[in-house]
Amino acid sequence: MPRGILLAPLWTWLLLLVAAPLLILVVMALATPADGVPPFMLGWRFAAFAMLVEDFYYADALVAALRLAATTAGLCLLIAYPMALGMAGVRPAWRLPMLALLMLPFWTGFLLRIGAWIGLLRDEGLINHLLRGLGITDAPLALLYTEGAMLVGMVHAYLPFAVLPIFTALIRLDPALLEAAADLGARPARVFFSVTLPLTLPAAAAGFLLVFIPAAGEFVIPELLGPPEAQVIGRVLWQEFFQNRDWPLAAALALALLALLILPIRWFQRLGAGA
Amino acid sequence: MILRLIAFLVLLLPGIATGQERVVNVYNWSDYIDPYAVQRFTRETGIRVRYDVYDSLETLEGKLSAGRSGYDIIVPTSEPSFARLLRAGALAPLDRARIPNWRHLDPTLMARVAEIDPSNRHGAIYLWGTVGLGLRLDRIRAIAPDLALDSLDTLFKPENAARLARCGIMVMDSATDVLPSVLRWAGRDPNAHGLDDLRAAEQALMGIRRHVRAIIPSSAILDALANGEACVALTYSGDVIQAQARAKEAGRGVEIGYVAPRQGAQLWFDMLAIPADAPNKEAAHDFINFLLRPDVMAGITNHVRYPNAVPGSLSAVDVAVREDRNVYPDEAMLASSFIASTPPRDIERARSRSWSRFKAGR
Repeated sequence: MPRGILLAPLWTWLLLLVAAPLLILVVMALATPADGVPPFMLGWRFAAFAMLVEDFYYADALVAALRLAATTAGLCLLIAYPMALGMAGVRPAWRLPMLALLMLPFWTGFLLRIGAWIGLLRDEGLINHLLRGLGITDAPLALLYTEGAMLVGMVHAYLPFAVLPIFTALIRLDPALLEAAADLGARPARVFFSVTLPLTLPAAAAGFLLVFIPAAGEFVIPELLGPPEAQVIGRVLWQEFFQNRDWPLAAALALALLALLILPIRWFQRLGAGA
Repeated sequence: MILRLIAFLVLLLPGIATGQERVVNVYNWSDYIDPYAVQRFTRETGIRVRYDVYDSLETLEGKLSAGRSGYDIIVPTSEPSFARLLRAGALAPLDRARIPNWRHLDPTLMARVAEIDPSNRHGAIYLWGTVGLGLRLDRIRAIAPDLALDSLDTLFKPENAARLARCGIMVMDSATDVLPSVLRWAGRDPNAHGLDDLRAAEQALMGIRRHVRAIIPSSAILDALANGEACVALTYSGDVIQAQARAKEAGRGVEIGYVAPRQGAQLWFDMLAIPADAPNKEAAHDFINFLLRPDVMAGITNHVRYPNAVPGSLSAVDVAVREDRNVYPDEAMLASSFIASTPPRDIERARSRSWSRFKAGR
């Protein structure tokens, strides 16, 4: 019984904030769009799902979103691992300030940070002024509304999610193992590749997923920094919901994205179980 | 942003609104009122105004569609949002007896809206305008001094677009407010629903796609024009005129001009309306009545540089604004202008798909 009480908040959370919204999504996805408040009529119709399969537009958007998420997560990992190594390598007294430095930018609003990138990247922005001032270019480079701008924004927004799990794993690493490897004659590179890296791989995978999953549904950054052709699923979902006012189709899209994201989570669980 | 947050939080607490204090919750376009008018309304009537803003019709419709938005006054554009909200039964009929200033409204303009809202039962025109080109004149004169600028040829002829691409071509991200003008430019009925019409419009757009730098919301285009980032931008008249004023204030040599297309411009009306489930309908009527007063309307037009539908306000409108043909179009231009209609749902999807292809560039 005490166990039941302890679990009660968890179950309430799951029911209210996971199961109930999911149920509403399913009901909405099976409804028929109509003029009204709310703009659909309840029903039992699979037309929205059929459309997702028939029209390649949606599959393209899903692929574009997964590609963007994978690139973002990959880049984050490449930057986050050395960062975490550096942060874990300093004296313990310095770790907290390092963490604070990592988190500090995230105390300001998300939109403000993206707005700052717009200010940096635009034609009359800081970077272009600098390039022209130094005589490197004579006409402004088109930086904003490009694939690169979008990736910079994505990596900036999601980097801490990749750093934190790796950092945690690195400081928990038993130093005795590293010393033992060194005593047995392994050079630092060898120690890193045969001890440190394998032991922190699950954390790196967790970092990858923590970035990948929210990045797959991202729509603000592609909208504000990306090129018009970056039609990722988040933007398409927004269009269906707000522009076409087809809530059933938007709900079906959201469910499809959710189903697709369960796959990498399963893969991660397997990885965790194996380690 | 902080003000919006506060307005939002306050809306979450309906309990505060009860009691003897009267309030009206206004949801309007951003940068779209004379702040002094709001203060004056509160001073004269004792009704407090909670003011919140949106920058796209989609946001407004999204909130209204979910129901119980809590707003008392909204300002949807005649087509598509006002028409669609009307069809959805989301608007309350207006009680003319509570709006004596209704008599100041221009009957010819109101008659054009009556095509959507029979006998104007659900809305009064707040401000109106056209869709046309915002141009960065100083740069265009340098790059293409021979270009005639009074038509959409500037944008839609690929050879012109190619010349101007270097200094930034932008199109506002709105299928409903861009496609009719494209159709008109292509010599077709702006409200044609046929698939080959849509294809023709898409072809025209695709012809210039690789020269287009950004397809972004109109509010972002306003900023881009004012900063000198855009050379040619297809967007709302008043936004360009606001950008023009801002660029002049900044004094960095950015010279902006507006051109309504010679082929005939799309005309739109932003309507003052009351949601069907508005909590303070009486105060909302008072607010509409106040805004329709000629002196108040003149102040609003002077501030936001969009024309209003109250002819009696003209004498109090600044001469520079009143005589600017881009703000107040002349008779000939009004005669050649057109109003977009709201197509049926399946056509709308075909349109928005076509628009997505334009954005994606394939």
